[in-house]
Order: sequence, then structure tokens, then C-alpha cells
Amino acid sequence: MQWASWTAFFHMGGYAFYVWFSFGFTALCLALEVLSVRKRRQQALHLSRLLAQD
Amino acid sequence: MIPWFAGLATLFALAGLYVSFAIAPTDFQQGEAYRIIFVHVPAAWMSMFIYIIMAAWAGLGLALNARLSAMMAQALAPTGAIFTLLALVTGSLWGKPMWGAWWVWDARLTSELILLFLYIGFMALQSSIDDPRRADRAGALLALVGVVNVPIIYFSVKWWNTLHQGSTINMGAAPKMVATMLIGMLFLALAFWMYTIAVSLMRVRCIMLERERHAEWVQALSGVKS
Repeated sequence: MQWASWTAFFHMGGYAFYVWFSFGFTALCLALEVLSVRKRRQQALHLSRLLAQD
Repeated sequence: MIPWFAGLATLFALAGLYVSFAIAPTDFQQGEAYRIIFVHVPAAWMSMFIYIIMAAWAGLGLALNARLSAMMAQALAPTGAIFTLLALVTGSLWGKPMWGAWWVWDARLTSELILLFLYIGFMALQSSIDDPRRADRAGALLALVGVVNVPIIYFSVKWWNTLHQGSTINMGAAPKMVATMLIGMLFLALAFWMYTIAVSLMRVRCIMLERERHAEWVQALSGVKS
């Protein structure tokens, strides 16, 4: 283990903003991408369902 | 197949994050800020790999007039664009504390920015043409011409004097870094690979559903019938 405490871990040797922003932004982008693809699938299925009813 | 790749992506990501934060030692020069590379380098790799694969699918679609290939290219583009954006943003977050600047017009940074514009251009061009087959052909041409940018990015640190450092990991030579740092990076790169496969397969299914809306097989799908 590299860290003396959780506080030291979150502090990241003074670079907390840069490190956590990098990882957080990455996680956010990937999560948003998955959500948008799921939504797109729901919409595509919904439209096909409407067509099938005609 | 998609849950498998998604599961693998999660596992590799957890392993990668564990190695990056709990095992890899502090860099003697850069302190803890260097940990950004664990996400920056894999994202930058993916931005180039995905472009090459996307262009290959697009080229295949163009040469063989294969619809599915073109759809694969279309499904990969947004993911590639996201990884390019991530490489740029995380690079800038590393550049500020290390170089003292968010952005410099360095050859590596500029060519990576052009890659982002190529992805965006590809998507914009495809969506601006109503006929999907014509959109595929136009997009494929743009994607293929844009491939020239990928070696420029890759070799930019050798060809020009760049502020961006040279690559630490080279094929055929021992990496100039601690093994645990390399392992953390490779785990996250694998996680991004698995993620890309899962999300692009998800997206290509959507594209197929949208394009083949009137086909019988779509109408016969259980999710549509009910």
C-alpha cells in the first residue's frame, strides 16, 4: 500500500483536482455513452413496435 | 456476447484501478499527478486503434458494398470520438501541473485534436446525407483519407521536437518504467478494449434496428411483437 491514510489517498500529494477530475470525467463520459445507447435502443424498439401495429 | 464483454471490461477496470492507485509507486519526479497517465495513455491508444478499425470497416464496406461493415464503422465513431476527447482532456489535466499550461500547439496535441475533428466530421457527414447507402460511401471516403493522420500522431514525437514526451513503451524494446505502472496501464487498456467492443455492438444493433425497421425479421423480434 502506498497510502498512510484515506485522507492522504484523496489528497493525491496535492494533485487531487487533476487526478480525480481525470478519472471522474472518464467515468462520466463512459457512463453517459452507455445510457445514451440504451435510450437509443428503447426508441428504436418503440418505433418498430409502432410500425408493427400498422 | 455483449454482457460478456461488459463484464470483462468491468473486471479489467477494477484490476487496473487497483493497480494504478494501490500498488503502483509514486513517481519520483511527478509525484502523484503521474497517475493520470493510467487513463490518459490507454485512452490515447484507443483513439488511434478505433480510428484504424473504423476506417478498415468503412473501407471494407466501400470495396465490397457490404452494409454491415459500414454500420460497424458508424457504430465505432462516437466511441472513438469520446476516447479522443478523454485523451485530450486528461492530457490537459496533466499538462497544467507539469508543463504549466492547459494546452500548447505541439505536434502531438494538434494532430490528436485533428483526429477528434475527423471523428466529428465523419459522424456529421453520415448524418447529413439522408440515403444511408450514400452516407456510408461518403463517410468511408472521409474515414480512409483521414487514416493518414494516425501515423502522424504516432510518430509526431519522433519527427518533431515536441513538448509532449516520447513514448515510454516501444515495440521491441524494454519499457522504461516500473512493471506495476505498466501493468496498471495495460489492465485499463484492456478494459477500454472490452468496453469498446461491448458498446459498439450495442450501438450497431440500434443502427440495424433503425435501418431495417420495415424488414420482416425486425417485425418478428420478440421485443417488437409484444
